[in-house]
Amino acid sequence: MAKPFTISCPTPATSSEFVALAHGGGGRLMHQLLEQYVIPAFRNDLLEARHDGAVLDLGNTRLAFTTDSYVVHPLFFPGGDIGTLAVNGTVNDLAMCGARPLALSAAFIVEEGLPFSTLQRVIDSMSRAAREAGVQIVTGDTKVVDRGKGDGLFVNTAGVGVVEHGLVIAPGRVRAGDSILLSGDVGRHGVAIMAVRQGLEFETTIETDCAPLAAPVLAVLEAGIEIHCLRDLTRGGLATGLIEIAESSRLHIDIVEQEIVVEENVRGACEILGLDPLYLANEGRFIAFVPENGAVRALEIMRQHAVSCAAQRIGSVSETPASLVTLESRIGTRRILDMHSGEQLPRIC
Amino acid sequence: MRYVDEYRDRAAAGRYARAIARITTRPWSIMEVCGGQTHSIVKYGIDELLPRQITLLHGPGCPVCVTPLELIDKATQIAARPEVIFCSFGDMLRVPGTSGDLFSVKAKGGDVRIVYSPTDALAIARQNPGRQVVFFAVGFETTAPANAMVVYQAHAQRVANFSVLVSHVLVPPAIEALLSAPDNRTQGFLAAGHVCTVMGYEQYVPLAEKYHVPIVVTGFEPLDILQGIFMCVRQLEDGRAEVENQYLRSVRRQGNLPAQELVTKVFRVVPRKWRGVGEIRQSGLGLRDQYAAYDAEARFGIAAYAVEEDSECISGEVLRGVKKPHECPAFAGRCTPEHPLGATMVSNEGACAAYYRYRRQDVTAAVVAQGD
Amino acid sequence: MCLAVPGKILTIAGDDLLRSGAVSFGGVTKQVSLAYVPEAKVGDYVIVHVGFAISIVDESEAMQTFEYLKQMGELGELEQTS
Repeated sequence: MAKPFTISCPTPATSSEFVALAHGGGGRLMHQLLEQYVIPAFRNDLLEARHDGAVLDLGNTRLAFTTDSYVVHPLFFPGGDIGTLAVNGTVNDLAMCGARPLALSAAFIVEEGLPFSTLQRVIDSMSRAAREAGVQIVTGDTKVVDRGKGDGLFVNTAGVGVVEHGLVIAPGRVRAGDSILLSGDVGRHGVAIMAVRQGLEFETTIETDCAPLAAPVLAVLEAGIEIHCLRDLTRGGLATGLIEIAESSRLHIDIVEQEIVVEENVRGACEILGLDPLYLANEGRFIAFVPENGAVRALEIMRQHAVSCAAQRIGSVSETPASLVTLESRIGTRRILDMHSGEQLPRIC
Repeated sequence: MRYVDEYRDRAAAGRYARAIARITTRPWSIMEVCGGQTHSIVKYGIDELLPRQITLLHGPGCPVCVTPLELIDKATQIAARPEVIFCSFGDMLRVPGTSGDLFSVKAKGGDVRIVYSPTDALAIARQNPGRQVVFFAVGFETTAPANAMVVYQAHAQRVANFSVLVSHVLVPPAIEALLSAPDNRTQGFLAAGHVCTVMGYEQYVPLAEKYHVPIVVTGFEPLDILQGIFMCVRQLEDGRAEVENQYLRSVRRQGNLPAQELVTKVFRVVPRKWRGVGEIRQSGLGLRDQYAAYDAEARFGIAAYAVEEDSECISGEVLRGVKKPHECPAFAGRCTPEHPLGATMVSNEGACAAYYRYRRQDVTAAVVAQGD
Repeated sequence: MCLAVPGKILTIAGDDLLRSGAVSFGGVTKQVSLAYVPEAKVGDYVIVHVGFAISIVDESEAMQTFEYLKQMGELGELEQTS
């Protein structure tokens, strides 16, 4: 007689006592870390906004303030390095507040034994990136840690910018009826990094899309278009950015897969590795939520700038179902986009 | 991308959907065996396109889901050893064992690396002669030729610091076990197209006859699955029970003979333990004596032991198609991809993860209703 | 097991079990073992799983999915009018 075919479950996994890599992955676990440990401890209104940067009201000026740490490995990858990321990442967080980036600080945590030539390369990259983005690196710090305690080099940059318009740009300002604009193709940075890091080299090099984003944003603001929200797409990709905003604003976001551009070679890499480009990191892309009547003009302006020349309208906002992001697939059916627990992994199944 | 994009065509998908609706006169339950097909079905919302009378059941087509708990435990033990570089496909990293998963081993300092191909693991072994490199050789028949090749080459090139932890399972015995279970509801199968690319589909003919179920060898793109379902429904409506091949562009009746040859050279069919069941005869692959030196279990002297399993999660019933993920009381509550209770929620291909990621029943209904 | 992707063979080198080639997947190229597809030629499309080609795409059969649909479509029209 055949054995009954049942498969039962292992013991339930207990909640983790230790921070795992997934907690830094930009996905659900990272959000849990923030919600459980960070935000309650530092509680204030600015933090509650859960946005990339804080805008401080100083009376007759509004100052945007942000920080980011860069721990990317390898330090150098096609099209960029930890230095370009460190400058552009922080410049972009300021831009996402609608601020004109002014100045950055740069703090280095160097592992003993790092060649000076490596440090020089990174610093040169930062200098170039800062010039290109129109900011100055005005202050900083350097620390050296014992060999084995630092993965080569960590960089932190903090940035300030000036908000020259009267708008509040934040997830809380998104409204039903808004159009969602995406500044360009997605997935490049994630694939570029994964290709080098995982030893998944391709003979065609895919370069990062790392770039400063302030110029198109400021141009759209200068044209008088009322931007409701901006988000640059970093870890967790387009999907995570949209989900965060849907959850913060408690509105429904619906996007159309057909409208999202993925470069052919990025697609090929994703197909082989079993990755979803919607969840891959970008470093030079943003989404903008604008009122429907401003969308066409905003796209026109964005397309005049090299970094957003391929901008597309990818979807819209509505009331319900609240806090959810849905995607209309290529074959016309709909699915919910959910946050991944941690970083996406290549798969074979 | 050629041979990919054409099979994701919206108009063609619609036409297949209408064709299926036209020929369906009665309720039918069809199971897709392969996790990759489950992924595609849920990602593209294929069951939304089908008439209500067709129920798709998600079968045990993910070796991650059926890898025994003891083997995950062995993997984590080996990976935790300081001299070991443990190489694995990404899928395995979050599958929970008794005391954590491979990811947590990595968090505590273990050298755990994701590889795209077993060849990469062998290369790592060559580059690190002072370390022991272990590859987690998981898979159905599709992956066996790749795993066979690296063991064969390691042996031929005397790469002594390389070994494999084998967890290969075979599809036909799984299907037979499903079909012979008393509460079996599956009336037709979509067989895994890439498994059959390697093995051919002759093994399925006696199954179709013995249990009187149509079996359609099916690909993975939306159009492949829709065509496979169409062919299966047509057989069911006609009262036929044959093996048909939808995935003609890749699958030949005899399969890939050079691949089968090397698999047979390196591996032999063995009894294999399936999670929660115990052993199924002739359901797995193990290394032949000639290659036994490359068996990680032997090399690291990890003793065999039995593990007590908690039966809170209903992975088993989900894998057999008796229940759908959202019918599990723990689904999306206590059991989510962040804190999975079972492999079906961890694995990208696990039915529960696929459901959670792409669709939650109640919400989709609301969205669909809104759109009408 | 599942994830296998079609790619086009650009170059081939080596013999027998060491036969390998550069395969392009939508523009991204990777070295792939061709040991299991000894008849594959430059220009052929192969299905690749974890770095190994496991079959050659049969281009004539590839169209079958669309032809089948046409046949069913014709049938459908007949059913509607009858």
